Amino acid sequence: MNPDRSLYPEMGEDGKPIIDLSSHKFLKIWQGPQHPGVTGNMSLELTVNGDEIVESKTHVGYLHRGFEKLMERRKFIQCFPTCIRMCVAEPDPNEYILSSCIEDLAGIEVPEMAQWLRTLALEMARLQVLLRGVPGQGGTFALGLGYQWGNYIRDLILDRFEELTGGRVYHMYILPGGVRGLLPDGFKKRMEENLKLVDEFVKNIDDLMYNNAVFKQRAKGLAVIPKEWIDTYGVYGPAARAAGVMRDVRKTHPYLKYAELDFEPYTTTESDVYARSRVRWYDLQMTVDLIRQIMAKMPEKGEIKAETPNVMHWRIPKGETYQKCESSRGEYGMYMVTDGSDMPRRVNLKGPSYTHANALLDKLLINANIADTAAIMVSLATCPPEIER
Amino acid sequence: MKDLIKDIESRFEVSDYIQKLDHLAFVTVEKEQAIALVTYLRDYRKFTSLTLLTAVDWLEDGVFQLTYLLNNPSELTEIGVRVMIDRENASMESAHHLWENMMTYQRELREMFGIDFPGSPRINEDFILEGWGDLPPYRRDFDTKVYSEETYFPRPGRQSNDPATYMKSKMYPNE
Repeated sequence: MNPDRSLYPEMGEDGKPIIDLSSHKFLKIWQGPQHPGVTGNMSLELTVNGDEIVESKTHVGYLHRGFEKLMERRKFIQCFPTCIRMCVAEPDPNEYILSSCIEDLAGIEVPEMAQWLRTLALEMARLQVLLRGVPGQGGTFALGLGYQWGNYIRDLILDRFEELTGGRVYHMYILPGGVRGLLPDGFKKRMEENLKLVDEFVKNIDDLMYNNAVFKQRAKGLAVIPKEWIDTYGVYGPAARAAGVMRDVRKTHPYLKYAELDFEPYTTTESDVYARSRVRWYDLQMTVDLIRQIMAKMPEKGEIKAETPNVMHWRIPKGETYQKCESSRGEYGMYMVTDGSDMPRRVNLKGPSYTHANALLDKLLINANIADTAAIMVSLATCPPEIER
Repeated sequence: MKDLIKDIESRFEVSDYIQKLDHLAFVTVEKEQAIALVTYLRDYRKFTSLTLLTAVDWLEDGVFQLTYLLNNPSELTEIGVRVMIDRENASMESAHHLWENMMTYQRELREMFGIDFPGSPRINEDFILEGWGDLPPYRRDFDTKVYSEETYFPRPGRQSNDPATYMKSKMYPNE
């Protein structure tokens, strides 16, 4: 990753590249914020030399609604509708870490049945994200068919979410003290039918994408993340595991019922776009297996919510904590500070996109071909709302 | 974790220490020692990963609290290094040389809290906001409600309620 700088802008004394657009050597173009090859509303300010990127700057803020600030003016229970919007694609980890922070600071023990149901909801959330995320990588190379297949099955998983929680995209199923309800009658049977479709989908995607000559030629060797970058740039989850570094909160700091489940997250060492996509493909299979294990091991009935004070008058003792879980993109954490009042003093969300889409993407895009921009960005699974909260 | 805290206390002046969870602790040090401690933790105690850097505005005390949350992936422990800095002309030594992703956090804090990190790359470039001329919006004295009322105008026919009062009237009408 030490490109030949003779083709590149000269570096000024301040360490910044000198880009003289009037030299006709460089062209500045914007990818996003409205662009099919951008994951959500963000944009990349690219400086290109021919079709090669020589500098990239990520711009965010198109979705900024000041979530963290708004939560400082809301009672703890009122923070939930705000918090879940910090990642539209996978809102359930937001519910979980917010509940977990409140429970930790207030000293609440979550009943066992609720822990099983939370684990199930989090894995279902991962499943519905990966059903689009895995084939979505093919979409960046104009291979859109898998995405259509995945979207269909995702819709069926959203049906399960709807019967479990009442909502398709935003659920607010996980609340302080537990969850909102038990599994509906016949839920496990219907979920198993959906999982069989996912099994089939996994095989089809293997044929469609991973054995496809164009996909392989374009994704292999593209945007390699060296192992030594994992900590310096803040690389998490599947992107770190594709570089041979085991980063999965479910294994390193088991929460809820993960310690009672049998699973081993996949790691590889190639660390290119192909490897990151492949890791997510294995994650998809692991999620299906985990959902089956959870449904087999969880009790039929039980307490689903610990007793909590009246939520409108609930004052949480002064303190601070950091709670985390593993989202489909990697470690997803929340730092909460309380001052003894009925509203949080400060809430700070830490999602993997914060580092993936800024420091890391800016670096990875240098030396890349402009046609590979979308593929590289999607391989990091960025979710802009969690950057600009 | 206790050995680590003892080690830190022997080298730095720790004014406060909280063992939050088995794997998570918070220590408070003076502003002058904070970056030295963070560097020590990274280089000698295997806290090689920066989880986050953020600020808390203690308006009533006239200070910002900066929290550097570090992760030790080999021993699976986390430590939050807290430092209090004055709200007036808030400024902190930059640590962008320690992690490549640090400059993003510092740039955000400059924009959202008005905390300066002299020398940090692109520190004065807009990050999330564009052309913002008001108080840094994440400061406690920036009132989002007043800002909204002064900046935006309600469409006719729309009714707005105070969320707390409205929820109380719906959920606990007899209280």
